[in-house]
Amino acid sequence: MAGTGRAGMVTRREALIGAGAAGASLMLPGGSPLAQGAKPAEIKVGIATYLSGPASVFGVPGRQTAEMLFDEINAAGGIAGIKVRPIFVDEGPGVDHVVGEYRRLVQSEGVHLIFAAISSADCIACAPLSDELKRPTLLWDCGTQRIFEDNRYSYAFRTQANATPEILSALLYLLKVKPDFKSIAVINQDYAWGRDSWDIFRTAMNTLKPGVKVSAELFPRFGATDFSTEITRVLALRPDVVLSTSWGGDLDALIRQASDRKLFERSTFVMPLAESSLQRVGKALPAGHIVGARGDHWFLHPSPADPERLKRFSDTYKAKYNAWPIYPCFHMAQAVSAMKAGIEKAVAAKGGGWPSDAELAAAFKGLEFPSPTASVRIREDGQGLENQLIGTTMHSEKYPFPVLTDMIVFPAETVTTPVGQKSADWLKTLTPDMVGKLPQAQAFKS
Amino acid sequence: MAWLSENGILVGLALLDGLSYAAAVFMVAVGLNLVFGVLRVLNVAHGSLYAIGGYAAASIGLFAASLGAPPWLGLPILLAAAVLVGVALGPVIERLLLRRMQDREPVLQLLVTFALFMILEDLQKLVWGVQPVVFDAPLKWLGTVDVPFGTDVIPFTAYQLYVLPGVALATLAILAYVLRYTLTGRMVVAVTVDREAARAMGIDAAKVTMLTFTVGAALAALGGALAAPTVSLVPGVGASTIVLSFAVVATAGLGQIEGAAVAALLIGLGRSFAVYVAPEFEVVVPYAIMVAVLLFRPQGLFGVAETRRI
Repeated sequence: MAGTGRAGMVTRREALIGAGAAGASLMLPGGSPLAQGAKPAEIKVGIATYLSGPASVFGVPGRQTAEMLFDEINAAGGIAGIKVRPIFVDEGPGVDHVVGEYRRLVQSEGVHLIFAAISSADCIACAPLSDELKRPTLLWDCGTQRIFEDNRYSYAFRTQANATPEILSALLYLLKVKPDFKSIAVINQDYAWGRDSWDIFRTAMNTLKPGVKVSAELFPRFGATDFSTEITRVLALRPDVVLSTSWGGDLDALIRQASDRKLFERSTFVMPLAESSLQRVGKALPAGHIVGARGDHWFLHPSPADPERLKRFSDTYKAKYNAWPIYPCFHMAQAVSAMKAGIEKAVAAKGGGWPSDAELAAAFKGLEFPSPTASVRIREDGQGLENQLIGTTMHSEKYPFPVLTDMIVFPAETVTTPVGQKSADWLKTLTPDMVGKLPQAQAFKS
Repeated sequence: MAWLSENGILVGLALLDGLSYAAAVFMVAVGLNLVFGVLRVLNVAHGSLYAIGGYAAASIGLFAASLGAPPWLGLPILLAAAVLVGVALGPVIERLLLRRMQDREPVLQLLVTFALFMILEDLQKLVWGVQPVVFDAPLKWLGTVDVPFGTDVIPFTAYQLYVLPGVALATLAILAYVLRYTLTGRMVVAVTVDREAARAMGIDAAKVTMLTFTVGAALAALGGALAAPTVSLVPGVGASTIVLSFAVVATAGLGQIEGAAVAALLIGLGRSFAVYVAPEFEVVVPYAIMVAVLLFRPQGLFGVAETRRI
């Protein structure tokens, strides 16, 4: 019974070991209640989004959606019985600011989960941080395909598709509805997304339809308000197709100015991000042009898996913010849904106990969660597999803005770069017969 | 010459685009230059006044349209909104902020006007939100003009071809006339050249300064109001405008009104030709012109070199 006599006593050696362990745990990166497996009083979620600058046209609807859905979750009793609380940080000041905010959120605020971000540059910076600080991070809106193609992360997961399926779907749709086009001009914003998306489109186009003449490659300044020179140039060149992956105020201005100068009458526009502009540009955008939604979502989706779920989401958002939800709202809804499903899965795996950070992160691998229109699965490399909806504009008496018809929902697996491959290489392996295998188009239903 | 004969029509199109772009840029830069001439303050918040002018014009125009106002009324509304913004904000900013900064270090002046710019940016978001705002009734009312292009035609908006350059020319002419041939204008010039001597001659320099800043603010707002029918007003629109305006002002020479017109024309045409000849340089051309000018004339095209006062 050695030691009996020492019951309740602590030796100097034990005290030193205990103090050392406590000190070490304090020095652990991101030491939070979750890291010790203790059930938190609330689940704190850091959310990086644009609250200032031009991209706030996406960031603010994203924040509004998060607030709406967090309130709904809390009203229903929280996740695993714990209330959730969002802490928003602004991406507007730039990457360095977001990186600093990420560290602050983990080390000072002790958040359990982070949603980052809209900007691809911010996501590229935050993904390695997630592994360094061991904090589960959901990449909720950024598009760059390079994150999971160039690196592997244990704590970062994307809850939506990436640029490759978003752009490839628009090209496949174009090849389906206008197979004889011979020339194309591009008007993209002069920054990483504008250039990268054109690279994806051109690589796939050269593979699937070699010989298309690129009439002009125009990259006006990001945030430009005047496109008259670009429009004159394209009017004079008369390309069959004009591609623009622009967004926000830039895209709105381009659409209005192109409409004022009758460019839509001369060329077919392909605008993979224009779903987010439809409600603002109104009748300026005529019928017959190709529009994408950066995923399988639109408030008038023709075949949602759960129509009641989509209607509830769209109507609640409309009632609260006086506009129909646009794609960043759907992306935020997907991140919130993934968070809920991931935590519930991790808690269940723990038999009702609270998971560690590593256990929570592991729960996101292979996770399938519902989106407002269908479901999304997170692959083993962390990339989300999400279908893509592309359609053609038409005007309906029911709405004061263009709606979509002849919509094709592209299955995620057919348009997403397989695990372990790089998009630039995979796109070169596509074959033209994939156009013939596309799903049937679905007409607009009022 | 062979290239010109082959591409002569394209050059003509580029000229038309360049002129309207130059007109839009001039409207913002001239106010900035006027304010610098008199106050010797490089006002970063000028970009915010541009944005607020645009938003105010769009709001008033949309409100008038909702009451059933005819589309032509949109044109005077643009002007009225600019005057309103200038008169409402100009004296307040000048009196409460810039006057206190007048004899301080230039870097402090820059920081204070930058702070004001940030505050006004947030104010815009508070009032108008983050979704793009557009008021294009005047542009649609004026319609398009078909410019011949070989056997083809290129539609331009009449607003772009006539209204923007017209207003810019009228602004230049009025400013030049007022500064040269009216008593008020001469007082402004006197304060610009030598503030102390002007005061010794009995000119109320404080009053002249407030008046000039108000006019400068109204010109910035007019630039924004004129842009409202063609662009989508979004957060950050003021920031991108002010950067280009600085390039125009630096190229022209600080305090030079006619110089601003020439510099705006150079930059507008340069950018426009870049889109036709080498589109990859479109973004950099305005700044390349600025650097080229400053390399040979550090005081700008029309600026006068000053002896440094120790």
